[in-house]
Amino acid sequence: MSLILDHVNYIYGEDTPLAVHALKDINLVIPDGQFIGLIGHTGSGKSTLVQHLNGLIKPTSGAIYYNGEDVHDGDYDKKKLRSKVGLVFQYPEHQLFEIDVFKDVCFGPKNLGLSQKETELRAYAALKQVGLADEYFYQSPFDLSGGQKRRVAIAGVLAMKPEILILDEPTAGLDPKGRDEILDQIATLKEETGITVILVSHSMEDVAKYVERIIVMNWGSVLFDDVPREVFQHCKELEQVGLAAPQVTYMMQALAEQGMKVDTTVTTIKEAAQEILRVLGK
Amino acid sequence: MIRDITLGQYYQADSVIHKLDPRVKLVATIGFIISLFVVDSWVGYVVAALFLACMIKLSKVPFRYMIKGMKAIVFILMITVVFNLFLTPGEPLFTFWKLTITKEGLRIAVMMAVRLSFLIVGSSLMTLTTTPNSLTDGMEKLMGPLKYVKVPVHEVAMMMSIALRFIPILLEETDKIMKAQIARGADFESGNLIKKAKAMVPLLVPLFISAFRRANDLAMAMEARCYRGGEHRTKMKPLCYKAADRVAYCVLLLYFAGCVAIRVWL
Amino acid sequence: MGIIKTDKLTFEYIRRDEEGNVEGITRAVDEVDLDIRQGDFIAILGHNGSGKSTLAKHINAILYPTEGSVWVDGMDTQDENHLWDIRQEAGMVFQNPDNQIIGQVVEEDVGFGPENMGVPTKEIWERVEESLKAVGMYEYRKHSPNKLSGGQKQRVSIAGVIAMHPKCIILDEPTAMLDPNGRKEVIRAVRALNDVEGITVVLITHYMEEIIHADMVFVMDQGHIAMEGTPREIFSRVDELKELRLDVPQVTLLAYELRQKGVNLPEGILTIEEFTQALLKAAGLA
Repeated sequence: MSLILDHVNYIYGEDTPLAVHALKDINLVIPDGQFIGLIGHTGSGKSTLVQHLNGLIKPTSGAIYYNGEDVHDGDYDKKKLRSKVGLVFQYPEHQLFEIDVFKDVCFGPKNLGLSQKETELRAYAALKQVGLADEYFYQSPFDLSGGQKRRVAIAGVLAMKPEILILDEPTAGLDPKGRDEILDQIATLKEETGITVILVSHSMEDVAKYVERIIVMNWGSVLFDDVPREVFQHCKELEQVGLAAPQVTYMMQALAEQGMKVDTTVTTIKEAAQEILRVLGK
Repeated sequence: MIRDITLGQYYQADSVIHKLDPRVKLVATIGFIISLFVVDSWVGYVVAALFLACMIKLSKVPFRYMIKGMKAIVFILMITVVFNLFLTPGEPLFTFWKLTITKEGLRIAVMMAVRLSFLIVGSSLMTLTTTPNSLTDGMEKLMGPLKYVKVPVHEVAMMMSIALRFIPILLEETDKIMKAQIARGADFESGNLIKKAKAMVPLLVPLFISAFRRANDLAMAMEARCYRGGEHRTKMKPLCYKAADRVAYCVLLLYFAGCVAIRVWL
Repeated sequence: MGIIKTDKLTFEYIRRDEEGNVEGITRAVDEVDLDIRQGDFIAILGHNGSGKSTLAKHINAILYPTEGSVWVDGMDTQDENHLWDIRQEAGMVFQNPDNQIIGQVVEEDVGFGPENMGVPTKEIWERVEESLKAVGMYEYRKHSPNKLSGGQKQRVSIAGVIAMHPKCIILDEPTAMLDPNGRKEVIRAVRALNDVEGITVVLITHYMEEIIHADMVFVMDQGHIAMEGTPREIFSRVDELKELRLDVPQVTLLAYELRQKGVNLPEGILTIEEFTQALLKAAGLA
């Protein structure tokens, strides 16, 4: 059970003078149950990449296999793929349209041709998974706060019971608490269901805190693909491509330069605090 | 796919046509369109084609770029052609099943196709070489006298310029919402007409909401920048005719006179 | 009196149900008193829905107080005779870059404000040039805004405001929709305006790293001002900030956690250099 990208290339506007080589020879394996961070500056090809994963874009060359089957084979059921690889776009609340929250979440499962009962069960479960209180279920989605709307939109994808959940900047525009709440909820969801999560993010701090593997994109290629600790060791290269390591990495490096014998590979505040206390002998 | 529609989008280049006064280009476009209906002989169309080709050449807008933006119009063009082809009475040319193509029908269909495509290329040449702002400036100035009969000329011009600015943004947005709904299993392609219309709801509702939100934001941003209608306003790029514009008017006049001459004598 | 002053500023709006019946009244801004000096860099923090945007819109006379008053450069915003003077003196930049650019060419957009004010043509060009140079977008003056990055679009918006020669500029979450590089670009441009041109800046945001250089920070919650002080003072109150749905930069947070564990560090550390020096001192290495 996995998603495999085999020599995937994608060219926007092929055969025109404005052609852009958006993805260059991408080879990736997304196994079950990983929490993956996908980072890269704007225009690095992240969005194009994630749209390949659920078959919204067909690669110019190369192939994508889901559970061993080529998803661009003539008779492959794309709708099924899209239910299994759930994609939550940036600002997903902008796609809400139904008169109440519950109906909106039902849209996905209904499109899969499920029975009324199954549809509603799934919608209910999904809304619970994103932590939305019952009192909001029959309100208009447009009356909710920004953070709540976003939860509803995420539930709309979760209700299709995906095995892989891709979130394109799920925290954009939210305040710090709202940001932490959404990410915590996603982490909990991952713990409980074992779903694969791909988090597209600009925030190195968030990525470092939650994920176990980081894929760094740059001009359509994969620059790094490793555990956070290793990736953030390359902070010079990351800076060259318009990214950075989390602030905590720079703090530890500054301490090390001043002669303090700290491990500079820590990536979260918690680890850093422990490490400094260890060195201080407390 | 939707983003490929370039019709009406300004193409930046440094050309004689780009530098012309927008009023000249407006008058020329209207003149050109009228000329297409003035001439009704093949000679006339050849002259119109030559005139158009010269203008395209002068504009430095790549012809391929212009054509790329027209794919969406081809459909409308086809409908017109088919209707004219089959529904014009006259001397039958071929008949199959219940459909008859007549000689007159063929002639009118081809002529219509030529006229329409010239019309579209001609008017998109104007929007490709003129920024919407100067276009609306030109329109405002040309229609200025209408102010005195209580026509809100400035407001209409401003509305048009804003609409043009938001077309690409809303197209991109449509594309995005469409993809988001497809990711939730929506199907915009299969089914009969009623089913397809129903499938549009998840696209149109968010699109309208977004358009209203943008309109609201923009109105606020404009007020914050002291916008209060056409009064008290000065122009960053006031319009005044230069030598090139006068020459352009002469060229236009010559072309138009030529068209009339062809109509009368040929 | 400072450049911007509010006295018990209160704004209420009426919530209605679908039939238009009154459901209740929401107090978005609740008795806010501000007095901002000319030339200051002010940051207003607050979670979503804390009333910070509503407050900002009062300074530009887009909204009017239900109770209390707002003065910009001594002019009451409710005095209609001064409406256009106020909007010229207090320029405003909004969150979504796409929804505030009017022109289809960068320079035409920057000229929009001066055109509305009736500035003579020649001077408009001078203003457009100097404004675009001030935000480092001069070389893009002939470009279409649609082709620019988010950060560039916001810099064009800022230029559009500067071209009106304001005394202060209010930025309502100008970086909320940008990526980290875009955010840096915009903040750098805003700081330059404050430092070089001496324009008073009111920056509304919830990114904590953007307020480090502010002269004064106000934190809003439920329509009123919950905290105020210098960035250092604000950042030393980590617990309170968290309660207000905000956070602190990682360096401040790490120092805070270490303090909790008994490491002798000062409160309100803002930069990596400060942190390193303080920690070395605490460890007896410096």
